[in-house]
Amino acid sequence: MTEPHPVIPAATVVDITADRLAEQAGRLLAGGARLALVAAHHDTGTDPGAAAIRIVYLFTAGPPDQRTELHLRTRPDQPTVPSLAALSFPAGRFEREMHDLYGVQPENHPLPRRLVRHPHWPHGWHPMRADAGPRPPLAASEAFPFVTVQGPGVYEIPVGPVHAGLIEPGHFRFSVVGETILKLKARLWYVHKGIEKLFEGQPADQPVGLAERISGDSAVGHALAYSLAVEDALRWPVPPRAQLARAAVLELERLHNHVADIGAICNDVGYGIAHSHAQRIRETLLRLNHATTGHRLLRGAVFPGGARLHTVPDPTTIRTIAADIGEVVDIALRHTVVRDRLTGTAVLTQRQAADIGALGYVARASGLPTDARRAHPHTVLDALTIPVHTSGDVLARFLIRVEEIQASTAILTDLLTAIGPGTITSHPRPAVDRPACGVGIVEGWRGTITHRVEVQPDGTLTRAKIVDPSFFNWPALPVALADTIVPDFPLTNKSFNLSYAGNDL
Amino acid sequence: MSAWGAAAVQAVLVAAVAPLLIGFMRAVRARLEGRAGGRLVQPWRDLRKQLRKESIIPADAGVFFTAAPVVLLATSVLVAAAAPYLSTRGPLPGVADLIVVVGLLLLGAVALALAGLDTGTAFGGMGASREMTIAALVEPTLLLSVFALSTRSGSTDLGAIVAAGAADTAGAFTPASALAAAALAIATLAEAGRLPVDNPATHLELTMVHEAMVLEYSGRDLALVEWAAAMRLTILLGLLANLFIPWGVATSLHPLAIAVAVVVFVAKLAVLGGLLAAGEVFAAKLRLFRIPELLAGSFVLGLLAVITSAVLA
Repeated sequence: MTEPHPVIPAATVVDITADRLAEQAGRLLAGGARLALVAAHHDTGTDPGAAAIRIVYLFTAGPPDQRTELHLRTRPDQPTVPSLAALSFPAGRFEREMHDLYGVQPENHPLPRRLVRHPHWPHGWHPMRADAGPRPPLAASEAFPFVTVQGPGVYEIPVGPVHAGLIEPGHFRFSVVGETILKLKARLWYVHKGIEKLFEGQPADQPVGLAERISGDSAVGHALAYSLAVEDALRWPVPPRAQLARAAVLELERLHNHVADIGAICNDVGYGIAHSHAQRIRETLLRLNHATTGHRLLRGAVFPGGARLHTVPDPTTIRTIAADIGEVVDIALRHTVVRDRLTGTAVLTQRQAADIGALGYVARASGLPTDARRAHPHTVLDALTIPVHTSGDVLARFLIRVEEIQASTAILTDLLTAIGPGTITSHPRPAVDRPACGVGIVEGWRGTITHRVEVQPDGTLTRAKIVDPSFFNWPALPVALADTIVPDFPLTNKSFNLSYAGNDL
Repeated sequence: MSAWGAAAVQAVLVAAVAPLLIGFMRAVRARLEGRAGGRLVQPWRDLRKQLRKESIIPADAGVFFTAAPVVLLATSVLVAAAAPYLSTRGPLPGVADLIVVVGLLLLGAVALALAGLDTGTAFGGMGASREMTIAALVEPTLLLSVFALSTRSGSTDLGAIVAAGAADTAGAFTPASALAAAALAIATLAEAGRLPVDNPATHLELTMVHEAMVLEYSGRDLALVEWAAAMRLTILLGLLANLFIPWGVATSLHPLAIAVAVVVFVAKLAVLGGLLAAGEVFAAKLRLFRIPELLAGSFVLGLLAVITSAVLA
């Protein structure tokens, strides 16, 4: 580690009016930035005009790390925003989310349907508003009309929301001719927990445990994004060694998830022996995690201001595990039937991935080299390599995971020699004298996680906005599945492996 | 021992051994995959548990749904009693005929497919449609591959075919029988819903064939369906064993000969089941649209077996 510790830049904040929003956003997007987050805030205040809904649009680009926030105050009596859906597909989805949770009306939205709210939610009740109050009773029944695909021989297969096995709830409606999928509509949002609301009012350095539970398999990713956001808001310096330790546990999280996915993808094509061995290897990693952090899923290692490791794993152990899974992968890919099942299945083209705003291995399998470890580094990783494939099929998403395991092993080999066990914090929580906001961006194992927090002078949170990569990637799944056959859906779904809990907060 | 007595012993043996065969195959597979696995008698325990539970019948289901488990089990028991597993001298020579046996197996499959449709659910219909696609290719292969052996005895009676093989074991191994054995083996995999055609271990509804049809069954009905499915695998493996390795099958009804036949039959089943389970460890499930290619290949093997046996006979 010869290079200096990177300074995470603060976001450039631009206050903007509704009529100039589209122009500014368009300029940022044309300049190569991506819309990372849109968050509504219900400002309360006693001054005239202070109580209003304020919208923050966060655009990020990198390298070099650039963060630009557009702040838009809506009219207090009637919150509306001009829709950016024509410029950015994710913006349209963020606007629908804001409409459901805050009652902000997007103007000229091409698809102004509900997103988060199921029809049985109380009408006109927007739970994230400061004056929402207790929940009114739910409606007894609900209708959820799907677009009916018509034509000779077209039929529908409804699947879920209750599935066999340990799968989160989601309803999928396939319109099918024979075995070929014409259209897939996914209905999610069955697990709304109000997590963002739970953050509000808590001391900023406290609710890292809540962040770890946003999506159980991304404990480190969300804990780190949250910690970075709080540290950014409070201008809280973190020792470089703590940042290295955080980077190491982030890679450990990537390892155990990718190993599990490799086995599960093989299992979905009926190749059970690869699954058995992947589970054996994952168990080894989970025990290593337990020894390293005291928790099999690496909870408790990352917190605002520092990091804590019980022990530091031996790099040789990591390399042995990586070689082990490499052997399993070689055996699986030499199997012609396995390779045939993965090759050319459910292709997501580069253009589609870019338009949807796909992140993580989904984007990298479709030829988009997005990676927050390069674009928004919190520490310098000399050994960082970012594998990219261009075919966009299940095989590409499988191979990206395989290569990322090797890449993470290289990073860990480098990092583990530079860090030691123990708790690394050097500074107490700084005090703030005025309301502050901060952004944390992390490349979790599933993709780029973005958190944005607002803190008031007493150090408590007024708002935390969380964006899991699944929010961006879910719309890519139906697109990739067009013209795929029904029995390949579980395989495709596993190759995306999106989080329901992280998507529906 | 009378012919009826031998048939009863055969039916009871197949019914009793079938769940154990499933348990044995799971155990072999678990061991080879490095897992501990369940016990041999676990499928029997599951059956006992399910037999004690009431059946839930979907609101839209009709007579096909309630009748299918009984039809499936009845056809399986009939084939198990009539076909030459222990003795070549069955009490019902007409039923042990090749075409009747294949027809009985098909009757069970059709009953289950109709039951799948009868539930009115998307999964049932999907499974039924896939099962019929596969059955349309499998049944002709079953017929052809056994038919290739019938030229030897000049009869389509399975008892006669096995008896001819047992009388002349050297003559049982011909190019035609090798081709027919390969065709029948692939057809058995497809008919019994094993890898690479269907994955009996999957929980993913959208990939299922056999399991999709029976998703709505519960309690006693599910027990009957699962029991019958295990018996069908035993029936097919047993046919494969006795048609191509006709040693140890009793040609008389002497109790000692039957007793020897029981031991030999169970040993053959264990070997074939073990081989099948070991093979499944190395197999992956084919893409659905590749299955017709595999089955068409097995049909061609069966056809070649018939031609070879006709030419060389």
